[in-house]
Amino acid sequence: MADFSFPLLSATAVVPAVGAVATAAVPAAKRTAAKWLALLFSLATLVLALVIAVRFDPGAKGPFQLTESHAWIADFGVRYELGVDGIAVALIALTALLIPFVILAGWHDADALEKDATKRWRPTQGFFALILAVEAMVVISFEATDVFLFYIFFEAMLIPMYFLIGGFGDRAGVDDATEGAARRSSAAVKFLLYNLAGGLIMLAAVIGLYAVTADQLGTGTFSLQQIVQARAAGDLTMGTGIERLLFLGFFFAFAVKAPLWPLHTWLPGAMGESTAPVAVLITAVVDKVGTFAMLRFCLQLFPEASKWATPVVLVLALISILYGALLAVAQKDIKRLVAYASISHFGFIILGVFAMTSQGQSGATLYMVNHGISTAALMLVAGFLITRRGSRLIADYGGVQKVAPVLAGTFLIGGLATLSLPGLAPFVSEFLVLVGTFSRYPVLGIIATVGIVLAALYVLVLYQRTMTGPVRAEVRAMPDLKARELVVVAPLIALLLFLGVYPKPLTNLVNPAVDHTLSVVDQQDPKPDVRVNAVPGEAGTDRDAEAAK
Amino acid sequence: MTSVAAVHSLWTMADGAAGSPLAPGGPSRIPAPHIEYAQLAPTLIVLGAAVLGVLVEAFWPRRGRYYAQVLLSVVALAAAFAAVIGLAAGGFGTTKAHIAAMGALAVDGPALFLQGTILLVSLIAIFTFAERRLDPATHGRPVDSFAAQGAAVPGGEAEKAAVKAGFTTTEVFPLALFAIGGMLVFPAANDLLTLFVALEVFSLPLYILCALARRQRLLSQESAVKYFLLGAFSSAFLLFGVALLYGYAGTVTYAGIAEVVSDGAKQIDPALADTMGNDALLLIGGALVVMGLLFKVGAVPFHMWTPDVYQGAPTPVTGFMAAATKVAAFGALLRLLYVALPGLRWDWRPVMWGVAILTMLAGAVIAVTQTDVKRLLAYSSIAHAGFILAGVIATSEDGISSVLFYLLAYSFVTLGAFAVVTLVRDAGGEATQLAKWAGLGRRSPLVAAVFAVFLLAFAGIPLTSGFAGKFAVFKAAAEGGAGWLVVIGVLSSAIAAFFYIRVIVLMFFNEPKADGPTVAVPSPLTMTAIAVGVVVTLVLGLAPQYFLDLAGQAGVFVR
Repeated sequence: MADFSFPLLSATAVVPAVGAVATAAVPAAKRTAAKWLALLFSLATLVLALVIAVRFDPGAKGPFQLTESHAWIADFGVRYELGVDGIAVALIALTALLIPFVILAGWHDADALEKDATKRWRPTQGFFALILAVEAMVVISFEATDVFLFYIFFEAMLIPMYFLIGGFGDRAGVDDATEGAARRSSAAVKFLLYNLAGGLIMLAAVIGLYAVTADQLGTGTFSLQQIVQARAAGDLTMGTGIERLLFLGFFFAFAVKAPLWPLHTWLPGAMGESTAPVAVLITAVVDKVGTFAMLRFCLQLFPEASKWATPVVLVLALISILYGALLAVAQKDIKRLVAYASISHFGFIILGVFAMTSQGQSGATLYMVNHGISTAALMLVAGFLITRRGSRLIADYGGVQKVAPVLAGTFLIGGLATLSLPGLAPFVSEFLVLVGTFSRYPVLGIIATVGIVLAALYVLVLYQRTMTGPVRAEVRAMPDLKARELVVVAPLIALLLFLGVYPKPLTNLVNPAVDHTLSVVDQQDPKPDVRVNAVPGEAGTDRDAEAAK
Repeated sequence: MTSVAAVHSLWTMADGAAGSPLAPGGPSRIPAPHIEYAQLAPTLIVLGAAVLGVLVEAFWPRRGRYYAQVLLSVVALAAAFAAVIGLAAGGFGTTKAHIAAMGALAVDGPALFLQGTILLVSLIAIFTFAERRLDPATHGRPVDSFAAQGAAVPGGEAEKAAVKAGFTTTEVFPLALFAIGGMLVFPAANDLLTLFVALEVFSLPLYILCALARRQRLLSQESAVKYFLLGAFSSAFLLFGVALLYGYAGTVTYAGIAEVVSDGAKQIDPALADTMGNDALLLIGGALVVMGLLFKVGAVPFHMWTPDVYQGAPTPVTGFMAAATKVAAFGALLRLLYVALPGLRWDWRPVMWGVAILTMLAGAVIAVTQTDVKRLLAYSSIAHAGFILAGVIATSEDGISSVLFYLLAYSFVTLGAFAVVTLVRDAGGEATQLAKWAGLGRRSPLVAAVFAVFLLAFAGIPLTSGFAGKFAVFKAAAEGGAGWLVVIGVLSSAIAAFFYIRVIVLMFFNEPKADGPTVAVPSPLTMTAIAVGVVVTLVLGLAPQYFLDLAGQAGVFVR
């Protein structure tokens, strides 16, 4: 790009950051204005994200587009380098899309805290400012092509996230304020410690990477492109042991974030104790950075070690799928159920990433987007439900569909998307992941399919227990979805349907980036004996698959 | 000539003394020392101001003494800092670096960088010393954090009289200036005797300052006694080490010792014929000197004094001590290891590995159980000493510059954090018990947020100076081949993060208690100190390049 071109990628991160500061600065009395301001900034970010998607040319050569590069900390070999590939564009769009809904859904989340508000303590302003701060950091970590720059925001986003979980937790079902605060803060601390520990181990690997590049290239660098090119040209050869250690350092941090079994235990608490919009922020937005980073950094920086680790990672992913799904079946708390379902889904994503086939990785990327939308739909509706009843326990509900049919209907669609019903977006991605895995590891693919069955179990049982049956006395007066809530849910559902039948825009965007990643890792798709009629990126494939079912 | 004349030559300055049988070719003329006053200006200004401060104390009317002392200290420190800048701009940090004052003091990059850091930190610390709005006025007069009369028995009649008379201990300013003067010499000391003298010059005023707290005087005096006794031990170790090294090398200059270490003794001094070149003396002597310095930086196992002293000392003094002493002591340690004992690095590196690992882990683990914010910060300072040692171990130019940068970053965070501690008060003075800090974020979001920034910087969260510093030292260590040290470093960072986060949890997520402390509104002095701390923390976190360059340029010792 020319020097004078508009720094589109920076702007997409700067706008929410400015929005965060502006929102935080709104005077205490004008809290409604703060909400609108936050919404405005999130919409402005969405516009910029869409401009990125339009300006991005999937067919263009070169791994990254819209690049920006400036000197930053020369002593550390760090540059301010941004660039996007198709995967990043998709995830930036997802993030920018979800944040306005998160803000709208959380419109009244901080109101309960306003009773303690003073001139200085402004919970509403704080809540929305923190959401925008998270958005800014997530966006820039999707854009960063400098490992150090990525690392900084990967770590820094924990802090606003931590305050969102610990400071603005879900009050539903908490009788004792002190006990509620204790549970919230322990969930927040667990979240932070897990992720911080992961991040610090990654820091050791980041430093190690610098030492390796400084040793072999003369000057240390964190530039992803430079390292990948140097490897391809043979200027940079990591020792097998070193590469494996560095890979493990990076992977550990991403596996905590994603989260992968057995590093997942912070997620149910964090999602359970935070409000539904914040839970969406965690699982649909922030956690995606983990799986995204596996694709962008683990595979591309350490291709040999990635291949070496593949068997173990695949098994862990498989355990995640089954374990998450089994525990979801057993949950009594609606939000924790969604959390365990997410762990299962992250297992699918990681399975797709490490299957090292183009279908698998395209599927994994689509999965990230679709899981974001479907979980947002399910979780936000669940949040509306919980706010109405004041309880998170499944057993406290029953017969809601007769009282609030729209709510029940949207909840069902969110649930069906979660179980990957054909016709809804997640089906496409789950199918691609399974096909991609099957073509290389047939046994794993077969076992993973069990996850789908379990998903049907936990979603349908959840629906049955809460929405069907006799109307319980407590839910009799439950109002149906209001206009604001419909504005949140309807577009998400529309999107699920649209991407379910026509995923081509997404697959076109993602496929070149996936091919590039695979070429870096030096993996070709295996030639199956029985030709699976699944050319990634063709909408027809998915229809065929649907027809086949 | 008779023997009478020979006897005379022992005590007269008779030139020549030709044919004197007692002093053949001996030093017949004591040359006048050649002192580069301009290059020593920073130290001289500060020590001169300290002497003036003593005179002010003696002759200035009590009423105006406080203002005179504050003005004098601030002007002196600013002038000394300007002198440092002038010297650095004049190229004394790089091309013109040399040994001044007859081989006693080095004027080079690290010395100037550290002196500049010490002076800036001290200037800010003087602001917190001068704060008089936090403690409620007694008998209509504003008072500071220091005892009305240090010599009065706590709780005795004399103390009551002193309080009633509205005395304040303005002596703290000249004492601090003396300490600062010593600290300026410490990292520049180029021979072991200057090192020792500088150590004493800055330690003795600190012992006194520790004893001068206005509240909880017994605790304060106890801390001073502990600090003094343990400090005296460590001084004795250091001095003994100096003697052994002299016995080994026949000289106390760093360059001379380094030469003997690398090439062996060339000219055997007849008086030391039995000892020179004896490796046992070198190893034991070196170990003892290093031990004395490790005591000052608060490294495990010489850290025992830290928590008690940090807790008991008046908080502004704690902040000053924690920040400036650490800078000075690490500067001296670096110079000793890099200039005098580089030939011995295969011996001291493994030991320092052990010390660094122990320090990082012990500091972080013990801090987890602390219930007092000042003790918590004390253990955190121990852990940080371990991180800095990782940079020291690197034995490279990067190692030097990373340590310099870390010290700059760390000292401002520390000063700011302790300045915040002085603000949180209840009826008994500062409320340092952590339990009392519950819900502070609700009552005073700004103060709590500022403290959170400092804690996050301590924890090394990106975008703060703490992260840049930690990255710099770990990078230097990794390049120096200490990969496992880095791994242990990040693990102990993870442990350390736990207790920093715990304080943040306490402040923001716990319900405030009814009888909790309030946040006093300070004068612009403390506000400036805290604001500078926050600004430096963020600037060094976001755009560290300029300062890294500065530290990089300063990263070569002169020998």
